[in-house]
Amino acid sequence: MNTAVKTLTLSVVAALAVVGCGKKEEPAPATQAVAPAPQEMVVKLGHVGPLTGGIAHLGKDNENGARLAVDEANAAGVMLGGQKVKFEMVAEDDQADPKVGTTVAQKLVDAKVAGVVGHLNSGTTIPASSIYSQAGIPMISGSATNPKLTEQGLKGIFRVVGRDDQQGPAVANYLMSNAKPKTVAVIDDATAYGEGLANEVEKTLKAAGIKVLAREKGTDKTTDWKAVLTKVKGARPDAVFYGGMDATGGPLIKQGRELGIKAVFAFGDGACTDKMSELAGAAAEGLICSQAGIPVQAASPKFLDGYKAKFGIDPILYAPFTYDAAGLIIDAMKKADSADPAKYLPLLEKSSYQGASGRIEFDDKGDRKDAEMTIFAMKGGKVEPIAIIKGGQSHTVGDYIKAAGESMAAAGGAAMDAAKSAGEAMKEAGSAVKEAGKEGVAAAAGVVKEAADKAKAAVGK
Amino acid sequence: MDIFLQQIINGLTLGAVYAIVALGYTMVYGIIQLINFAHGEVVMIGAMTALTVIAGLAGSGVPPLVIVLAGVLAAVPVCMAVGYGLERVAYRPLRHAPRLSPLITAIGMSIVLQHVAMMVWSRNFLAFPQIFPNPVFFVGGAAITGVQITIIVLSLLIMGALTAVVFRTRLGTAMRATAENPEVARLMGIDCDRVIALTFIIGAGLAAVAGVMVGSYYGIAHYTMGFVLGLKAFSAAVLGGIGNIAGAMLGGFLLGLVEALGAGYIGDLTNLCHLPWQPDLVAARCAADGHLVLFGSNYQDVFAFLVLIGVLMFRPEGLLGERVGQRA
Amino acid sequence: MVASSPGNNSAVLRWAGLVLVGLTLLALPFALAGVGTAWVRITNLAILFIFLSLGLNIVVGYAGLLDLGYIAFYAVGAYAYALLASPHFGLHLPFWAILPIGAAVACLFGVLLGAPTLKLRGDYLAIVTLGFGEIIRIFLNNLSSPFNITAGPQGITLIDPVRVGAITFGRTDIFVGLVFSGPVKYYYLLLLLLLAVIVINIRLQHSRIGRAWEAIREDEIAARACGINTRNIKLLAFAMGASFGGVAGGMFSAIQGFISPESFVLVESIMVLSMVVLGGMGNIWGVIAGALLLSFVPEILRYTVEPVQRAVFGRMLVEPEVIRMLLFGLALVLMMRFRPAGLFPSRLRRRELTQET
Repeated sequence: MNTAVKTLTLSVVAALAVVGCGKKEEPAPATQAVAPAPQEMVVKLGHVGPLTGGIAHLGKDNENGARLAVDEANAAGVMLGGQKVKFEMVAEDDQADPKVGTTVAQKLVDAKVAGVVGHLNSGTTIPASSIYSQAGIPMISGSATNPKLTEQGLKGIFRVVGRDDQQGPAVANYLMSNAKPKTVAVIDDATAYGEGLANEVEKTLKAAGIKVLAREKGTDKTTDWKAVLTKVKGARPDAVFYGGMDATGGPLIKQGRELGIKAVFAFGDGACTDKMSELAGAAAEGLICSQAGIPVQAASPKFLDGYKAKFGIDPILYAPFTYDAAGLIIDAMKKADSADPAKYLPLLEKSSYQGASGRIEFDDKGDRKDAEMTIFAMKGGKVEPIAIIKGGQSHTVGDYIKAAGESMAAAGGAAMDAAKSAGEAMKEAGSAVKEAGKEGVAAAAGVVKEAADKAKAAVGK
Repeated sequence: MDIFLQQIINGLTLGAVYAIVALGYTMVYGIIQLINFAHGEVVMIGAMTALTVIAGLAGSGVPPLVIVLAGVLAAVPVCMAVGYGLERVAYRPLRHAPRLSPLITAIGMSIVLQHVAMMVWSRNFLAFPQIFPNPVFFVGGAAITGVQITIIVLSLLIMGALTAVVFRTRLGTAMRATAENPEVARLMGIDCDRVIALTFIIGAGLAAVAGVMVGSYYGIAHYTMGFVLGLKAFSAAVLGGIGNIAGAMLGGFLLGLVEALGAGYIGDLTNLCHLPWQPDLVAARCAADGHLVLFGSNYQDVFAFLVLIGVLMFRPEGLLGERVGQRA
Repeated sequence: MVASSPGNNSAVLRWAGLVLVGLTLLALPFALAGVGTAWVRITNLAILFIFLSLGLNIVVGYAGLLDLGYIAFYAVGAYAYALLASPHFGLHLPFWAILPIGAAVACLFGVLLGAPTLKLRGDYLAIVTLGFGEIIRIFLNNLSSPFNITAGPQGITLIDPVRVGAITFGRTDIFVGLVFSGPVKYYYLLLLLLLAVIVINIRLQHSRIGRAWEAIREDEIAARACGINTRNIKLLAFAMGASFGGVAGGMFSAIQGFISPESFVLVESIMVLSMVVLGGMGNIWGVIAGALLLSFVPEILRYTVEPVQRAVFGRMLVEPEVIRMLLFGLALVLMMRFRPAGLFPSRLRRRELTQET
């Protein structure tokens, strides 16, 4: 009826609400205190990725990777500081939105996680990283490729995937050595990812003395590339590189072929999917594209089998990397004998870890040393890996898997005394070679496979 | 020269699509002075519906022509229903509200339709099945595809048919009368509500056809595809003179040409290396790269807005429009 | 007991109420931090949206000019802050210097965009402002070449947090036994700014200028006949609205530490518009309520819709984000249809909007 009374009632309600909130805080620590049984200590690990929205399937894939590592560690049993540890994953959804990303990062800090795997996009990872760093919580991204992430100089921020400025040169070098272009047109979609990658490609090409046309751009929703491509056609390039996603890259290559552009088309990992042939039909045939890291099918068989067994599907893209990111954190904790970030972070920095995506070591910035890059080509409507580039050298996929299989078997052998039984190691070697056999490279695979099968049978009995 | 010709062909195709969508805006605006913001979403729903039907029938042994016709025949009634629903549910109750109310409602409907479509057809970019071979013809070094020719010819036919409806039929007379003065039209025995509803329905039908065109031309459909397309088509309608059917066509084609030629040539025109006198900084970059472009094709989405702003500021009645600007 | 004696005790009650509200607002972050500092962060973002809504309210609610590109001013303020306080240009001005600069630059943009468009009629104005908003975003996104001004889509990283004397807002400090984390400190700063913004808004509304805006909104020709310089008064609305947007943008930069053009898309403009419309155009408290409501909706949905769907269907059928967007859209449609003056209409507006024009 009058404002004074209204104000007062409102304030009372508000005050009650605040008190209500204040009360809620008490049970929170209480549950924390109850949860760890006397012998078992709960260590929380965070994972963040978009679980809703346009790339939710990739976010889920990332989460599955990390979850697999955590579950395996729990199954194996980890002791830290004389206490048995149960790892618990706190999965959050950042909707691929920078604003939500920081909020969610704060939530993980509030939840006192001991380490974070994520985020998926560079756009959310960069603002979130400063929150983790300030809270002293190590963060490892398995898929944020923007160089800026680690160029910020923040402590405790890592990635296990290659940077755009490693992927760019890789695809550019491959293009140069195979298509031998004199003039290249570079196009991007004016997003952080597309532009960043295109810049790196341009830099590499220019450094090699190749003429690069003035940059053309669309947006991440552009479907009409004809005007841009017509201009490009007028300059008669030998190759066209596009930094962007498949949804825009598909129409781009289709319209390019319609206009009669004969150049080689090359793309980054965003447009390195089977969707390209769905969108562009026959026009997509023969395109070249790159992915940061190894192709999923070249990940360790232990990971691939574990993933399939646990989730009933095959990993999509970055799951091996988030699996390794979680593995790295757990491994560093084991070495430090503590889940305290302050204690295990120095050991994480010095990691030398054999993961599903190969051996991982970090440089001073927190980037992965010698990150692999893979080159794919579109064949019969599917993108197929044709080369893996590591340490500046190009390997065919078959060779790489074979080599990885051998080193994995060796690693398995070394670890035998510690934990693994001989049968398991043999099984691993066997399935590694099985993979290799699928690729049609290992001539003697059959023999080894037989041996492995026998070993497996023996273990089975 | 073949490059220039090619850009003209690109622009005309794009313009034909803008023109058809612009017709929907211009008819509605002509009659009730409402910017039907959600019109772009109707185009999107048309494309999605056709895509669903065509994808469902593809590979079933039905002849391709029949499949495409089935797609169009499914999309048109669906869009008409959506258009009618929009008018009934969102706009008619606000017929006498302050001017801004229906505009705000239209924005709201646009968001609602987008997200409902997202729930139906998912967030993914959907590939439009290519069931026809798309032949490419070369004219003077420039490529033109069968789809492009179809789009341009079809849009001209549609404009002709629509003009005939508006100027040769009783319905058209009623539409023009309602546009001129609804009160008087009502006194003359015209059911204005019916005429307005029919206008929405015709506009939505055209939007469906435009949706199928866009979808099959680019081979892709997405739940957000309608919004920007709608904005640009609206700019085209304003450019031609909003409320004027021939104006919408002219505006559409002109805007298409402006976008294609703009994206094609702005880079060369703003290349600082062509300057007779260059500061050291510029000269150094030119020597290294051979180009230093101030504004490139990255600004292509700006053209439509610049056209819109320029027209509204300097010639609000558009190229072919009458002065309806001061009314209401 | 409260409502029993409104008569002579009303002044006392009013003060008691205000004090209680004040204490509540002061205690709020600690209560929230108890649940989780994330909630303080969410509250801070909500306060930023209140800034934006109040700014847009001046343009849309008071002056009746539908601005669909309002988020551009937010962007301008954010970039002004980011460019002047980050390693991008190596400039590190203190926040009390940048915030006015940001407001001034945004204000300038408001005038620049307003001047040529103000003679346009309502719906044309809406479309043109939408166009301007997009143009500004496109420029921000592309001014990385040929000369790097805005860093383009890469965005600007390592933006300085607010610093006052020795207090850095990015870090956690302990005063008198209380933990002041970064978000908590920002909360108090935002609260202070919000107070100022609200006071300015109230004063404006009841000033000559405020009345002139209302006059223009109701009947521009009549207003001009009364001797109001409609052009200047409309420009002033644009400029004031834009400045609030600029301040909000500057604070957003400081809090986030990273900005890129993808934070300033059209949907954000529409979101702010929904808040203004939902709360009631022209009504300060209504707009604040609208902004708070729609800011917290996603969080509320996260804790209600998701678990409910999982419990009922076993999986998530409709994502909270989609429901949020549907709510924004429906808010606009339904409010216009059934409560054009907003959920919490101002008395004046209610009178106006129930009459047919």
